[in-house]
Amino acid sequence: MGTAIAFYFISACILGFAVLVITTKETVHSVLFLVLDFLFVAALYVLLGAQFLAAIQILVYAGGIVVLYLFVVMLVNLKRPPEAHSDPRRKTKLGFGLAAAVLAELGAVAAYASKVPARPIVPAAVVPGITGNTEVVGWMLYTSYLIPFEIASMLLLVAMIGAIVLAKREL
Amino acid sequence: MEITPTHYMLLSAALFIIGVVGVMVRRNIIIIFMSIELILNAVNINLIAYSAQQQNAVGQVFAIFVIAVAAAEAAVGLGIILAFYRNKETINIDEMNLMRW
Amino acid sequence: MIDTLLIPFLKILIVLNATLVAVTYMVLLERKVIAWAQSRLGPMRVGPYGILQPVADAIKLMLKEDITPVRADKWVFTAAPIISMVPALIVYAVIPFGPTVSLFGRQVTLYITDINVGLLYIVSVASVGVYGIILAGYASNSKFPLLASLRASAQLISYEVCVTLSLVSIILMSGSLSMVSIVRAQESQGLWYMFVQPFAFGIFIIGSLAETNRAPFDMPEAEQELTGGFHTEYSGMRFALFFLAEYANMIVVSSVATTLFLGGWLRPFPGVAALSFLDFVPSWTWFLIKSFVFLYVFIWIRATLPRYRYDQLMRLGWKVLIPLAIINLVVTGIVKVLIS
Repeated sequence: MGTAIAFYFISACILGFAVLVITTKETVHSVLFLVLDFLFVAALYVLLGAQFLAAIQILVYAGGIVVLYLFVVMLVNLKRPPEAHSDPRRKTKLGFGLAAAVLAELGAVAAYASKVPARPIVPAAVVPGITGNTEVVGWMLYTSYLIPFEIASMLLLVAMIGAIVLAKREL
Repeated sequence: MEITPTHYMLLSAALFIIGVVGVMVRRNIIIIFMSIELILNAVNINLIAYSAQQQNAVGQVFAIFVIAVAAAEAAVGLGIILAFYRNKETINIDEMNLMRW
Repeated sequence: MIDTLLIPFLKILIVLNATLVAVTYMVLLERKVIAWAQSRLGPMRVGPYGILQPVADAIKLMLKEDITPVRADKWVFTAAPIISMVPALIVYAVIPFGPTVSLFGRQVTLYITDINVGLLYIVSVASVGVYGIILAGYASNSKFPLLASLRASAQLISYEVCVTLSLVSIILMSGSLSMVSIVRAQESQGLWYMFVQPFAFGIFIIGSLAETNRAPFDMPEAEQELTGGFHTEYSGMRFALFFLAEYANMIVVSSVATTLFLGGWLRPFPGVAALSFLDFVPSWTWFLIKSFVFLYVFIWIRATLPRYRYDQLMRLGWKVLIPLAIINLVVTGIVKVLIS
């Protein structure tokens, strides 16, 4: 019962702030709504028992990526509003229509999935004697998924170098 | 009322669509990037919901990779925006048409 | 009902009130200690030995005119000091002041809660605290605060990296992210982590000085630089909130350093039986004494050291502390594998 109330409240906030993100005219307000959105998504992760990921969501997403966005918004201070003139070739209504169609299709898939009983999925190798969310995630990350982990760190290194090269004034 | 993964999937679908609408409708490129982050978060919610249902931490491991990729993409994307802004003084995506016919 | 609702509520009430009173008296403590370091007496007029000075300061700031700049973003302008203050206060939810004691016939834990990702929670909440500074500069709608806030937030996010890396060494040593488990690990080891991980301790202290915008890293908010930094346009109670947020951050950093490096509520050398005569001091008193030592050291450093220039500051964070923290982490990992 409490879980249901929490879920509906958090979902309402997530969707509400997401709509505010894409509709606000002022860019800084949009970024702030995005931060709030991410904080509520982290709350949803806690509700799902993924505490480590909730902390990582706040640390990386809300505290790192969105700060980066805020920096760029402030460095890009324009004299005229950014959406002043619109391209006449842009078909906005078609975009809305397509989005509604995809939403209907996803909803149909979800409804179908809820009726068909899920095939029992064979769980991956049970981690020997490790309890606790962080420990299990860490174990899997460093044993079964070690290679993707190393590739992800290479990706972050390359992205870091790329971002520095792109944003420097003189090279 | 029991909260099943279907609820989370519908929430994830709705957030995904809001992100897609943001990408398609808005012309400010920073808002477009933020809508892409919304899309990635929708995917993460789905992954973690199913990870909780199956009691298997693979979903969370994958979500960590998604977050890492999102961070890398945000950094490079914002670098590109800054470089473009220094040349053309605009962040309206309709005016970023240097390579258009 | 009582256990799940009333007792945590009472704990929160006590901790918050104590924190806010401590934060206000930090102002007086700082002025006094800096004064003594400079061979003078500090505030002496209001109350005996200046004890009531914070009350006078509070009344003055509350009665000041509340100016909002023209064309400033009203909501963001008001929210920025709040965003600065809240993360400093909610960190106290996971800091353990002592183990389980029996109080009025029930077993009461001397911490509000113990979540299994406590240390990560503290780091993530601290990273959200950057927003207050960025938004304060932006919302003031004026050149100097904007530049100062961008500098200050760049400093903060740079030093977040080395602080988090030094904390990972502690996690390696204790094997757990929960704050209570870290203290218990120090208890079972018989030695505070300060002696086992001196480099991590040093990096944490220097990084936290930079994180809380304290001297010698207080370039973004010093009066001589950029006309007052990111809180130039703030006056009255909002300005007070920024200052209180800085002191609250300082107290939080002292509490976290006490828990992680100085053994939290443990007496010195908990493994040495010869010193067990010190056990008459209650656990939370040890905690308060150690936190107070840290606060005193922070104020002492402010009174003594000259200010770092901004590029020297960034060079220190990126080119010195981060490699040192990484090397510390690697060496800790290697030693731990070799020992076990």
